[in-house]
Amino acid sequence: MNILKTRIKLFSKEIQNQVNELLSRYPIKQNALIPILLLAQKENDGWLTEEWMKHVADCCEVPLTQVEGVVTFYTMFRLKPPGKYHLQVCTCVPCCLLGGTELLEYTEKKLKTHAGYTTADGLFSIEEMECLGACSYAPAIIVNEDYHEQVTPEKMEKLINNLSK
Amino acid sequence: MVEETLVLFKNIRKPEYSKTLEGYKKAGGFQTLKKVFGMKPEKVIQTVKDSGIRGRGGAGFPTGLKWSFMQKGSSKPSYLIANADESEPGTCKDRELMLKDPHLFLEGMMIGCYAVGCHHGYIYIRGEYFPAIKSLNTAIEELYADGLLGQDPMGSDFHLDLTVHSGAGAYICGEESALLDSLEGKRGQPRVKPPFPAISGFNGCPTSVNNVETLAYMPFILGDGGVDAFKSFGPENNSGTHLVSLSGHINNPGVYELRMDVSMRDIIYEIGGGIRNGKKLKGVIPGGSSSSVMTADEVDVLYNFDELANIDTMLGSSAMMVFDEDTDVVKLLLRITKFYAHESCGQCTPCREGTHWSRNIIRDFLKGNGSDEKLKRLDRVGGNMLGTTLCALGDAAALPIQSFVKKFPNDFRKYYAKK
Repeated sequence: MNILKTRIKLFSKEIQNQVNELLSRYPIKQNALIPILLLAQKENDGWLTEEWMKHVADCCEVPLTQVEGVVTFYTMFRLKPPGKYHLQVCTCVPCCLLGGTELLEYTEKKLKTHAGYTTADGLFSIEEMECLGACSYAPAIIVNEDYHEQVTPEKMEKLINNLSK
Repeated sequence: MVEETLVLFKNIRKPEYSKTLEGYKKAGGFQTLKKVFGMKPEKVIQTVKDSGIRGRGGAGFPTGLKWSFMQKGSSKPSYLIANADESEPGTCKDRELMLKDPHLFLEGMMIGCYAVGCHHGYIYIRGEYFPAIKSLNTAIEELYADGLLGQDPMGSDFHLDLTVHSGAGAYICGEESALLDSLEGKRGQPRVKPPFPAISGFNGCPTSVNNVETLAYMPFILGDGGVDAFKSFGPENNSGTHLVSLSGHINNPGVYELRMDVSMRDIIYEIGGGIRNGKKLKGVIPGGSSSSVMTADEVDVLYNFDELANIDTMLGSSAMMVFDEDTDVVKLLLRITKFYAHESCGQCTPCREGTHWSRNIIRDFLKGNGSDEKLKRLDRVGGNMLGTTLCALGDAAALPIQSFVKKFPNDFRKYYAKK
């Protein structure tokens, strides 16, 4: 498994500027931990490695254990690579009432994988989400950073077909 | 005919409104802030107290009172944090404001910062709200470019910075002390109170945490004649309008701005256009998933804080989830309980264990292994979470469980009575 030994890539110059700007917005460096981790994760194609966590720990002047504690507490941090398109399907109360659960089942069947996993070609990953805050437009999904609302299995099929092209 | 009363949505409801700083100013924006800069902070807080506004985040605590608790003359800086971690299932009102009229909320936040003497305010927004984060950041850039943020805006000698701080996906961070821990760069776990944030909050400094919608009312309340107008929109102690997130089996789901003296029946059948596909109403979860469920014959009450408290449920974040006669309430309760099991921070035993136990018991019913004894046990597990935890998540998990068991016992029995 060389997947855990991926490239050690530090922040690009542009992102480093964003990191410095973030650090300057808080009274102490530790406060910027979560926003900087999110930047790091974005920079590393959607997931975090130990190297990245160490780097962020240095930036924020906190121990690595604190960074690991934070990363494992919040659901948006990932320790394995997501697909190129990360499909986040909400099945929480209002979405569940309007077919969110069935939508998730459909997506799993269509992509022949399960929530929490990535397709073999690395193109799609699925995640079952708690409330996305788009309850009046249920069922809702997020693809990477974009909201799609009132999604039916037909809409999902179209979306997946378009993204597969 | 029940109609919307537009205070927060007065710009959003205009089709031609452009959500730029210029558009907001043209619609009368930042006039109130200018007026507020000429007032003493104590007077601002008194005005907010007079308006009787109660926090719109869920607990309904009077905002003016919260601000008056802020420690005066402390050597430490004071902070105002906007709670934009809108994660209560059913609630999508703050998102609407931040996406479609961010300047209104930001003006309100600036008024709040002036009132409590905060020179750097943070907006703690949930990480999944990517579009809202962009919308806020763009609006804040405009404010800096215009000189409304930074040093001495509008010729006042008050300097103010605002920063959008993204969370990373944890429901518990909507609880104010967990939010503060998260903002400090830690796991979001609720703190032991007291000390309350007004004494020791962000980095140990005096802090006030307020909901986005609450802050967005400030430009109206502090505007000319604002207090009296605001009080006229609802009964005593429930003043103002509120943003109602309507979802579920309803013809016209959406976010609506309504007075506090509208009945739930009118909201469902007039504003919401009734139940989809001509079905009958079975029940309503009135204030986000943490509130006790109501049956169809309980909906003839006014939708406000006190009326709902009188019938042992709560207004919460004004999120109404409506479900029809075909709904399997046991499956619905399972979904609610799964949510709390997932989101419990793990700090207090009753909640960490209780949410999982109750989820497993409900699963037993669905597998056909239910019994009268298990129904009683489910209710008891809920009871053991009530009031036994540091924050309200334990209560939030217990209330739906106990109310579903009490109000829909036959739906549970149907799963094992056949045998």
